[in-house]
Amino acid sequence: MDGEGARPFEPRITAFVCNWCTYTGADLAGTSRLQMAANVRIIRLPCTGRIDPLFIVKAFERGADGVIVSGCHPADCHYNAGNYHARRRFAIFRELADFLGIDPGRMTFSWVSASEGAKWRDVVNETVDRVRRLGPFTAYRELVTDPPVTRVVGKEVPA
Amino acid sequence: MARIGVFVCHCGENIGRTVDCARVAEAIRNLPGVVHSVDYKYMCSDPGQQMVKQAIAEQGLTGVVVAACSPHMHEKTFRRAASGAGLNPFLCEMANIREHCSWIHEDREAATAKAIDIARTLVEKVKRNRPLQTIQIPVTRRALVIGGGIAGIQAALDIADGGREVVLVEKEPSIGGHMSQLSETFPTLDCSQCILTPRMVEVYQHPRIRLYAYSEVESVQGYIGNFRVAIRRKARSVDEEKCNGCGACTQACPNRKVPSEFECGLGKRPAIYVPFPQAVPNLPTIDRSRCLLFLNRAKGRPDTCKKCAEACSKGAIDFDQQDRIVTEEVGAIVVATGYQVYSIGKQTGRDDIQGYGEYGYGTLPDVIDGLQFERLASASGPTAGRILRPSDGKEPRRVVFLQCIGSRDPAKGMEYCSKICCMYVAKHTMLYKHKVHDGQATVFYMDIRAAGKGYDEFTRRAIEEEGARYVRGRVSRIWRDGDVLKVEGFDTLSGRPIRMDADMVVLATAVRPQPGIEALAQKLNVSYDRHGFINEAHPKLRPVETSTAGVFVAGACQAPRDIPDSVAMASATASKVLGLFASEMLEREPTVAVVDDARCAGCFHCERVCPYGAVERREIRNRAGQVVRVVAYVNPGVCQGCGTCQATCPSKSVELQGFTDEQVFQQIQALGL
Repeated sequence: MDGEGARPFEPRITAFVCNWCTYTGADLAGTSRLQMAANVRIIRLPCTGRIDPLFIVKAFERGADGVIVSGCHPADCHYNAGNYHARRRFAIFRELADFLGIDPGRMTFSWVSASEGAKWRDVVNETVDRVRRLGPFTAYRELVTDPPVTRVVGKEVPA
Repeated sequence: MARIGVFVCHCGENIGRTVDCARVAEAIRNLPGVVHSVDYKYMCSDPGQQMVKQAIAEQGLTGVVVAACSPHMHEKTFRRAASGAGLNPFLCEMANIREHCSWIHEDREAATAKAIDIARTLVEKVKRNRPLQTIQIPVTRRALVIGGGIAGIQAALDIADGGREVVLVEKEPSIGGHMSQLSETFPTLDCSQCILTPRMVEVYQHPRIRLYAYSEVESVQGYIGNFRVAIRRKARSVDEEKCNGCGACTQACPNRKVPSEFECGLGKRPAIYVPFPQAVPNLPTIDRSRCLLFLNRAKGRPDTCKKCAEACSKGAIDFDQQDRIVTEEVGAIVVATGYQVYSIGKQTGRDDIQGYGEYGYGTLPDVIDGLQFERLASASGPTAGRILRPSDGKEPRRVVFLQCIGSRDPAKGMEYCSKICCMYVAKHTMLYKHKVHDGQATVFYMDIRAAGKGYDEFTRRAIEEEGARYVRGRVSRIWRDGDVLKVEGFDTLSGRPIRMDADMVVLATAVRPQPGIEALAQKLNVSYDRHGFINEAHPKLRPVETSTAGVFVAGACQAPRDIPDSVAMASATASKVLGLFASEMLEREPTVAVVDDARCAGCFHCERVCPYGAVERREIRNRAGQVVRVVAYVNPGVCQGCGTCQATCPSKSVELQGFTDEQVFQQIQALGL
């Protein structure tokens, strides 16, 4: 994608994580200097219960090849029940995503606690590998009709 | 017009080694809305913070992004710096390019590109940040303590000594809890009542403690700083104002054969009774399920026996007394309801627990539990402190103690360790030896858990100095053969089965929360585990708070716990409460949900999903005063800011401040092509 034949495809992954567990777990991965793939961009939310399925659709529309949703383990949600709502929403959304033309293999839903730095690294690496094999996600970019977003660094956007 | 300042930190080598910070600052400088973008070695240092403040002042910044470590490290630092320069602290965000970038990647190109992306998302977010104000809610600076055992007593005294009023509610006729039933306490062998009763009296006499004994919490409404609690004051049938505690009524009562709860069934009490001589308050209570007058009334018969009223020189007996409900307004609640000892004979009270019928508890009279042994050992107990067999009143020459009955057993009992039993069994062997000098105590144990201060020395003393025989293994069966109990078990250290005779067997049974704890927890909207133990907010760092703001927990109702730890925990809750009461207004983070009531359709999906019950219903009225719509309203004092309501709202009428849809979509957009 992006017209570069020479460079191999590197997937872009957007991750929606909860502040209390996964974000902190990712912090721990950093503190522990656990090296991992550099393809993931984290968006911090207070709780996975805050996640609207539209965020995921928007992420794909805006160039993501894969999405990670990650929160606290069941029974450990900082807000008691937000992760349960996220799980239920995601279970239904996965069906809708398939219908919308998003391969469910492009999405990862995980529980990563604040102490699971290594697990976060594994979720990241595994997702990146999986999405790399699926190839770039192009279906939505062709539908974008509003003025194209200009990129600040590097690549030109095809017209 | 946005004027965002971006500060990219090298963090010494931590970020600078992998991320080209100057290039990040340069890339971000070109973003629309960014007027100032620099990099610096240590942003969190004094000169670093000064840079931020100076830029705010000189450049008229409307928002700040510090690209550095995790917000969990320094968000407060930079928000404080921004605030100091006159910028609303909530207009300052941190971009995590250390823990989430420089520390986890080695490729400089990839890490720098990622750092730029991360910084860009936060710039786009902060452009949509609103200058939020911390929420001020008024605080009623009185506390409610539920439970009058040692934990509740300690919490009440600490809060009251700290200058605040306390309402202490206890469901039994007297405060004191299980500690008042103990004979001596480990590891000092202090007389339990001697160290407890002065505290009980202090509670009773304290000018800032209002004691409601023989009372229970009926309902709880409200939220932190503003609870309304209804308390049921159960009818003792005794007028408190008139009674002088002389006890003549208890002497006069003809029904003297009621099994005493305080004596764990080993002694008897009258129908009108004071549970123990040192009871606080020293008021008798009529047990209406045993009193002849009330039993007759229940059958529609006339009042016959009034012996207690006749004996009372103060006219304090009131057979027509009713339960009364009183309402108290408090700002914080401490749950300290303690434990019950669970005998696990045949009756278990739960379908998933099988019980231990093989030990004969409940059928063999000389098989008793630890609390019953305490009553035998107590000087004021049913046997005046002599260890005597319940069956024939003789002194036992051989007593066998079994540890872990019901605890550490996922198959038949509770999976957890009850923590106090290893210690009190060692204590019991010593109490027994002190009273029956030629007696032999044998303990069947799996492990010895004696981790506290002086605890291991205590158990060693029982074994090495006081002659207790410790056998590592479990007992499989106990039965009676004539006057003697046969105990069959296994000694794992010698690898041989063991069969011995005993005159008495004492079971160290599992510790559980008080019955009815689930109902109370539901009234308080606090969570509990499958055993009923109240859940703490965080097992490591927030052990005395619950997930409900303003409700704290102390003592054995949260987990099995001994007296020193219960007291420490109670004092900890007092410090939390007094901290909460430090000012008249409570400041809360404003990252709460706000409903746009112009758009709210009143479907109340939000109300259903809110884990805290923070959603209220508000009536919108027209000028004629008629209700035209009912809409949702989020109570800013209760909302904890999870955002589940916003994700659930079909019309997107509720916004979580600090994480609005616009903010999130702009972050997603910023990552786009």
